[in-house]
Amino acid sequence: MIIDLQRFIQSERATWAELERMLGQLEAGATKRLPIAELQRFHQLYERTAADLARLNTFSTEPETRRYLETLVARAYGEIHETREKRRRLQPLRWFFHTLPQTFRRHIRAFYLSVALTLVGAAFGGLAIAFDPASKPVMMPFPHLLQDPADRVAEEERLRGDKDSPADRLTGRKSSFSAQLMTHNTQVSIFTMALGVSYGVGTTIILFSNGIMIGAVAVDYVRAGQTKFLLGWLLPHGVIEIPAILIAGQAGLILALAMIGWGRRVPLAARLREVSRDLVTLIFGVACLLVWAGFIEAFLSQYHEPVIPYELKIGFGLVELTLLVLFLSRSGRGVAGLVASDEVPDGSLAVSSGNRNP
Amino acid sequence: MKTSTLIIRTPEGIVFTQLLAGTVTRFLAWLVDALIILLLVSMLSLAFTVLGFLNPDLAQALNALGYFVLSIGYGVFCEWKWRGQTIGKKFLRLRVVDAEGLKLQFNQIVTRNLLRFVDSLPFFYFVGGVTCWLSPKCQRLGDIAANTVVIRTPKVSAPDLDQLLAGKYNSLRAYPHLAARLRQRVSPAEAAIALQAVMRRDTFEPAARVELFEELAAHFRGKAEFPAEATDGLADEQFLRNVVDVIYRTRTEPKTESVAA
Repeated sequence: MIIDLQRFIQSERATWAELERMLGQLEAGATKRLPIAELQRFHQLYERTAADLARLNTFSTEPETRRYLETLVARAYGEIHETREKRRRLQPLRWFFHTLPQTFRRHIRAFYLSVALTLVGAAFGGLAIAFDPASKPVMMPFPHLLQDPADRVAEEERLRGDKDSPADRLTGRKSSFSAQLMTHNTQVSIFTMALGVSYGVGTTIILFSNGIMIGAVAVDYVRAGQTKFLLGWLLPHGVIEIPAILIAGQAGLILALAMIGWGRRVPLAARLREVSRDLVTLIFGVACLLVWAGFIEAFLSQYHEPVIPYELKIGFGLVELTLLVLFLSRSGRGVAGLVASDEVPDGSLAVSSGNRNP
Repeated sequence: MKTSTLIIRTPEGIVFTQLLAGTVTRFLAWLVDALIILLLVSMLSLAFTVLGFLNPDLAQALNALGYFVLSIGYGVFCEWKWRGQTIGKKFLRLRVVDAEGLKLQFNQIVTRNLLRFVDSLPFFYFVGGVTCWLSPKCQRLGDIAANTVVIRTPKVSAPDLDQLLAGKYNSLRAYPHLAARLRQRVSPAEAAIALQAVMRRDTFEPAARVELFEELAAHFRGKAEFPAEATDGLADEQFLRNVVDVIYRTRTEPKTESVAA
């Protein structure tokens, strides 16, 4: 028990001030590492201040001092008990070439699930169009897709080939069209990821409905004998855009699985804490891919023969796809990642990548 | 169970508390932020209107990108820069903190801000508001996913006790052991109730005032053995004023404000 409160405060004030000073230093420089002696001192100061708070808690007369000590102990508690890796200096290249593909590979099963959901949707959409072409307005709620594929191809090629016509629909609005695509697709991706919080129901619906549209469009054009146009039109941006949405779906499913927590005894908060960083990494990666896809869609995809030969566009799309697959499967292998391997829990959808211990 | 206080118990056995912010306060803070975003977006589009004279396409593109980045980035940037506060939250004295008292991390900030997309469904943060209202720690979906809570950090100014209590004779001061015993036995909550009663005495209805002080005085009389000569002839209100005086005003010189500041 404290007999003389004033003397107690006077004698302990130096300890509190020292702790506050050290906290200030630690919080200011995120990369600062304390030598072991200072670390011990810091811990000692924290324990003493915590004990002072416990003693002072029984006192009715020092609300200000108590609040001050509570703040101090709370800050020191955050520093001492934080086990997550400290933020390093921002290294965009390292993040892009190492962290992003490593994170993607660590949750590859969630990605496969995302692909599977989209494929089921695509099969559904394709079959629906094949058996009931009248369902087109429901499957593809976009005016330019409702046209007969052969008519559209003829019109696109005529417009581009005719020197007297207002040749380029996008003249004077390529940049804004590109920006519109980037923001819209990024919004859809964020939404796909965020809906993982609905235990994956929302994410599944978005992936499935995306699949329906892709499948319906593909079957519609193939049936009309316009496969080449379709590939030339979709591949240059689609090989980046579609995987980007699939990765967003992967992030959504990771979040959903953390929410559900099948067969795990870890509390919800801890499960979410484990995946939080990976979600952010994936969604930033998706945004990067969509910026690229937005450029390509506005500046390349909308140009058809005779302006650009279809073979060239298809070839370009295939090169992009190869690079993307190589990037996601190979980049950052054998390099230690930013995310500690022990952050990935047993029983989650994560599988170990090459650089992690089994 | 719904609570308005976040209690964090450290492994050392120390408990510290944070006041959780309610749905309405948070909505008001969001309104302030929404207005600021609107203002920033208007300024941005004004700037791009000027650029539009030179290159309308580029201006429109930058405008769309600017709006998108601002509407998503505002929360992330402010909460990262100001340790869990946006301008609206500063205004309403709110702060985002880690739900377990640990350091707020960048990915938590991004997660909670990206999940606004779901929380704001279908309009005016209906989903977020309902979740916040139902959740024990008043968390919207973004907070649950990011493991954060929003706390209130009200500025509590210490009452000017010298103004309130000084200048009057206090019969209890003649008995130092009585003062020490009261400080030892009266809990912080009891002392706070007595102080509030004394401070607000002029706002009570006369009958309620008499009744309240009678009840409080009876309670505090049981806390220690008061010598008859110290309490004889003292009205209940006067007695309570004296008790508050000896509990709170323990010293003569100004003291720990500098520490607590």
